Amino acid sequence: MGSGIQAVTPADVALSVRELSVSLPGGMERAHAVENISFDLMRGQILCIIGESGSGKSVTANAIMGLLPKVIRVSSGAVHLDGMNIVGLSPDKLRSLRGRVVSMIFQDPLSALNPLMTVGAQIEEVMAVHDVGTPKSRRSRAIDLLIEVGLPDPQLMYHQYPFRLSGGQRQRVMIAMALALEPAILIADEPTTALDVTTQAQILQLIRDIQRRKGMSVMFITHDFGVVAQIADYVVVMEKGRCVEQGGAEQVLKSPSHLYSRRLIAAVPHLTGKDRVPLHAADRVPILKVERLAKTYRSGSALFGKRRIVPAVNGVTFDLTSGRTLGVVGESGSGKSSLGRLLIKLMACDSGSILFEGRDIAGLSEAEFRSLRPKIQMIFQDPFASLNPRSTVGHILTVGPVAHGILYSEACERARELLSHVGLDSGAFDRYPHEFSGGQRQRIGIARALMFRPKLLIADEAVSALDVSIQAQILKLLDQIQRETGVSMIFITHDLRVASQICDEIAVMHRGQIVERGPPSQIFLDPKSAYTRELVAAIPGEQAGSMLEHAANP
Amino acid sequence: MSGFLLNRLSQSIVLLVIVSIIGFTVLNLMPGGPLAQFGLDPGMSQKDVERLVEQLGLNRPLWIQYLDWAWRLVQGDWGHSFRDGSSVLAVIGRHLSATLLLMGTSTALAIAIGSWIGIRGATHRYSLFDYCATVGAMIALSVPTFWFGLIGIYIFTLKLGWVPAGNMYTIGDGSVLDYLHHLILPSLVLSLVHVAIWSRYMRTATLDALSQDFVKTARAKGVSERRILLRHVVGNALLPMITLAGMQLPSILTGALVTETVFTWPGMGRLFLDSLGYSDYPVVMGLLIFSAILVVLGNLIADIVIAIVDPRIRLA
Repeated sequence: MGSGIQAVTPADVALSVRELSVSLPGGMERAHAVENISFDLMRGQILCIIGESGSGKSVTANAIMGLLPKVIRVSSGAVHLDGMNIVGLSPDKLRSLRGRVVSMIFQDPLSALNPLMTVGAQIEEVMAVHDVGTPKSRRSRAIDLLIEVGLPDPQLMYHQYPFRLSGGQRQRVMIAMALALEPAILIADEPTTALDVTTQAQILQLIRDIQRRKGMSVMFITHDFGVVAQIADYVVVMEKGRCVEQGGAEQVLKSPSHLYSRRLIAAVPHLTGKDRVPLHAADRVPILKVERLAKTYRSGSALFGKRRIVPAVNGVTFDLTSGRTLGVVGESGSGKSSLGRLLIKLMACDSGSILFEGRDIAGLSEAEFRSLRPKIQMIFQDPFASLNPRSTVGHILTVGPVAHGILYSEACERARELLSHVGLDSGAFDRYPHEFSGGQRQRIGIARALMFRPKLLIADEAVSALDVSIQAQILKLLDQIQRETGVSMIFITHDLRVASQICDEIAVMHRGQIVERGPPSQIFLDPKSAYTRELVAAIPGEQAGSMLEHAANP
Repeated sequence: MSGFLLNRLSQSIVLLVIVSIIGFTVLNLMPGGPLAQFGLDPGMSQKDVERLVEQLGLNRPLWIQYLDWAWRLVQGDWGHSFRDGSSVLAVIGRHLSATLLLMGTSTALAIAIGSWIGIRGATHRYSLFDYCATVGAMIALSVPTFWFGLIGIYIFTLKLGWVPAGNMYTIGDGSVLDYLHHLILPSLVLSLVHVAIWSRYMRTATLDALSQDFVKTARAKGVSERRILLRHVVGNALLPMITLAGMQLPSILTGALVTETVFTWPGMGRLFLDSLGYSDYPVVMGLLIFSAILVVLGNLIADIVIAIVDPRIRLA
């Protein structure tokens, strides 16, 4: 690790972390959240800290900001800022540095702004608490900042409340706030993770531009090697609280020396442009045929007040044969999840038809559809919220089939069989969901869906909440299950890279309509619609994709 | 906004009609009927009672009686007390100020003290203060109010002689100080339960606001803890409390039955009990409608206040 740090003159270093350890309270999984890490953030550079959940990357950022919760504290090491060690500084001194010398932006821009304060007031507050300027000068500075981060109509934006802004706009406000006092260092904690891919590309570009223009140093925390490839000058790879590798971006991306870095890079899904090899093409039968499906959301009272009408799904037509996977890709609000809920009849459609094995299920009542429900199953996004924490895994798996009239003993037998099939040991049957990790829970979710021997699986963002290495395992499992059972799949995702890994065909949705449909090779290499082109171009790190691919297959 | 108000208002009227029908029916189902009181009076003959029935229209079908009553109510005639013949609105008016004084004081006390305890409990979570506040609230909620009232009278009146045992003022005095002197004990006893409720809700709401991401943003901006609490946390924590305050409004005016009885406070709570005892149906029905209107009004006011305070609702 030491070899990664070159001799540098102190003047070039904006922030220097030396042998930093942060201890966790007793009884936790491990004794240290962060153990003995050292790195230098050079002036005018972007340093990326990359790691999976639990790697300690956010703890490192919070330690530098002096924002650790009380039970977690720095146990040893030093953080030098302009030659001054800030570990152990008094709370007041730390507070005077925050927002002035070091600023921070966060992952979820939806909740990071106070809903009761205007955008302008929140930007001005940074200056006010550090006693900078007069109310008048702060106001004009706030408006300048809004212009600088590229928000439209800054005069109007100044008086706006956060709920009126989109996610990307809120993140721009956060950035404006962070820049207010021209800090030397900006810490960005997964600032684009919660954003759509096209918005993510814009925010990354903005951070890059501002960093260059101001000569600022940026510490960028991410889990996405695509993002690293796009913006990093220097990379620190963290695993379980330790720094396993660091070096220049090109060096780490092209020739990672540590096994873990190599594994992480290899797990990053990227656009292969190759299509999936179809299995036993001969005995394929049509499973699903959807025609002109439409659903419009109406909100507000009919008698009083304004009505809001949102066409969520607008004339969608596609078909699917057995043993094939259709990817439905789109950004938030594109209608992809609404489509999934229509297909499994969690809500009724307004018009159109859904032919499932030749029978139109669109108009069926709940009672009529009940016998078909086992044949169409869903895998949900959040493996933490979708399993009842008070039920054992065995109960979660068997309760559905038993309700549909299968003998309990038979259901139990199948449950145990499926658990080992999805890669869990049979002891899982009697345990509770909280005893499992996110990836294991998603395996339970898959086993639950398979209990019914479904003909059609609908996976709604089934791997989005998982770390990349776990993501790769789950995708492999789904692929294997499809090859064995011949089940058809509809794979709903916002991530084109993930879709390209598992889908035979991809439908790109935009504003409730399918704008393009075709095999991955067409979507990625020869997109027909302008929107698809925009989506593909926004995928982080794909310009540097050859670099990543090279590292993955040396 | 005006559409929202219209909507709520029309719902409220439907609600009031339903409440009044249920109340009217149940009241008239009670054994003895409205004139049971007079049947026991040796000074009244069977003939006198029959004359009264005729006079009050009690021999008509119940639904006609209801419509008649409701139509008069809408016109502002709430009927007349069986007890002394004065109009129901005047009877309510006589007792309203006493209840307003007692409940207003104790609610104001409860909100002030409860908010402080709740916020401090949240910022000093799991501290000695927090534990004491939790245990104290449990005790205040589980021990009946009349017991606190009796113990209060025993200690502060009988043993220490600091405050009077009951009534609202000393006959022949009636100065502001005299009123205050009488007010202290009942309002403190009454606020005890409300402090307990309010502090628990406030603690939860504050903890909820403290765990929001924007608090972390404020810290990262270098905002002091004190300012974070005042500018970012309290405002967001009070939003859900407005609804709770709206739900308490009716109790401010309808009074506390038990406390008013223990301290012989001439308020609405005692009026209700007394009127029930005398089978004074017009007054009981009047009080019922009055408190139903307050429930509706309290919720409506809470909704309006939230809409004013929260930009997400005001501007949506």
